[in-house]
Amino acid sequence: MRGAFAQALSELAERDPRILLLTGDLGYMALEPFADKFPERFFNVGVAEQNMVGVATGLAEAGFIPYVYSIVTFASLRAYEFIRNGPIQHQLPVRIIGVGGGVEYGQNGLSHYGVEDVGVMRVQPGLTVIAPADAEQTRTAVLATYDLPGPVYFRLGKDDRMTVPGLNGRFELGRAQRIGEGRDLLLVAMGNMGRDTVAAAQILASRGITCSVLVVASLNPAPHHDLTAALSQFPVVLTVEAHYITGGVGSLVSEIVAEGGLGCRVVRCGIKTMPNGITGSQGYLHQMYGLAPEALAATALEALGKE
Amino acid sequence: MRPPLARQIRRIILEQSKRAHVGHIGSALSIADIIAALYGGSSIGGSLRIESPDDPERDRFVLSKGHAVLALYAAFFLKGWLTEESLNTYCGDGTALGVHPEHILRGVDFATGSLGQGLSLGVGAALAARLQGSARRAFVVVSDAECNEGSLWEAVMFAAHHQLSNLVVIVDLNGQQALGYTREVMSLEPLGERWRAFGWDVHSVDGHDAEAIQEIIAGLNMTAGPPHVLIARTTFGRGVSFMENQIKWHYWPMSDEEYDQALGEVATQVRAMPGAEIEPATGAIQ
Repeated sequence: MRGAFAQALSELAERDPRILLLTGDLGYMALEPFADKFPERFFNVGVAEQNMVGVATGLAEAGFIPYVYSIVTFASLRAYEFIRNGPIQHQLPVRIIGVGGGVEYGQNGLSHYGVEDVGVMRVQPGLTVIAPADAEQTRTAVLATYDLPGPVYFRLGKDDRMTVPGLNGRFELGRAQRIGEGRDLLLVAMGNMGRDTVAAAQILASRGITCSVLVVASLNPAPHHDLTAALSQFPVVLTVEAHYITGGVGSLVSEIVAEGGLGCRVVRCGIKTMPNGITGSQGYLHQMYGLAPEALAATALEALGKE
Repeated sequence: MRPPLARQIRRIILEQSKRAHVGHIGSALSIADIIAALYGGSSIGGSLRIESPDDPERDRFVLSKGHAVLALYAAFFLKGWLTEESLNTYCGDGTALGVHPEHILRGVDFATGSLGQGLSLGVGAALAARLQGSARRAFVVVSDAECNEGSLWEAVMFAAHHQLSNLVVIVDLNGQQALGYTREVMSLEPLGERWRAFGWDVHSVDGHDAEAIQEIIAGLNMTAGPPHVLIARTTFGRGVSFMENQIKWHYWPMSDEEYDQALGEVATQVRAMPGAEIEPATGAIQ
């Protein structure tokens, strides 16, 4: 998705001179389309994420639209207080781009995992939070939000080849995108878990269970209407996220169910324990955390009492 | 003859602190002359080029040591940007005039309060001016203890690397922080040498000599070369004998007796406190 981001941003920069790109010394083999084309609008600020966000705040106050880029955990957690006191409080158009949502940096360990970023970002009023599900949706979301007056946080996946079947690049702020019209089970996927959630739905279909999948990329504003409408139609929902189960889409769905008094049981699939030093490929880790399609399908069958 | 501007700022700091029964008095008194030098009064110019707080081409200012903001409110009042009625809401319910600057207050470019963040904002403002081909400058006042924050040095490095000659930092070197003297809590010396080692143009100045501060700023090369820092030697609580260099006046509010004595000392100018002459405050009320 980072390639799609860099490509979309380069196109925007062609027509809008306010756009700048700052990186905390990351983005090798990703940001070159922008850096080569607009060297005077590209700043590698060094390994200094706090200053990067502070500088971007000062730039935005003067009329620029700065995009700041790093790995999810450094972009969100390291610079968190600067983001809160800067672009959020001042309501300035700084865009924070975090790459590697979940455990995509598998072998790199917890220091590189983005497993609580949506939780800490979603609580901030006035911060738009977007977790695209694939490259095509990343492009749509970047194009749709670049001109927003307030700040935006993007949680991008690393994988530019990822495609969610049936999503077709759809994105709208405050909306969820529905894939399938199955009536037995609702699956709600956050961002980069969209593809594997659709894969789980396909496994369940082969077992005679029809599913509807809602892809939630717009975490703030949250798709309250779409979620409420869907949750009202199902007795059980599985929420799926490459994130701790607290604070992300599972929490969002639980809030909507509780506040709306909806009769839908919520089963949260996500990372339930601190990784504690165990590393490996993303695929291995998703197996471990029950996020692989087969594991999701098994959890769904159990939740439906059909195992 | 009008009282010097900094003396009027000090009087307002004391009046408002007493009325609101709050602290941070010593920190505000420490920067009264620096603020006087930067802002000037209603008829005397300061070092900042600000035709109006709403002018997009104004110089930008960041009070990174936001807890001293009462000195800034006093300057805004003396400039005529803030009414007496508004000034008197300081620390009240529902006011934007709190203990730290809020960006919604006219004249405040950036909200601050968390130390170690303001310099990055000023760096961004200076870089923006350069990218836009503007003659705007950015000024940032930081506290000495704020130099404990690692993030400040991120901004120091960035500004030097990009040779932000339109950026001026003033360090309020009063030697005190919340719980003690900086030499005991976290040694800063040689502070000027440290900034110089990072590539900055370093000047040392008496932080209570507003004219000297203005002269140094007027002589800076703001169009080429490195960013500038003024290491301003100050006295915490300057102008009130029992507050000077006393740790407790970081947080302590004044009793009636203390207030009377403080006001008397500032009014009779028991210490030499140079500053520009300006119109009386009442003439500036909108």
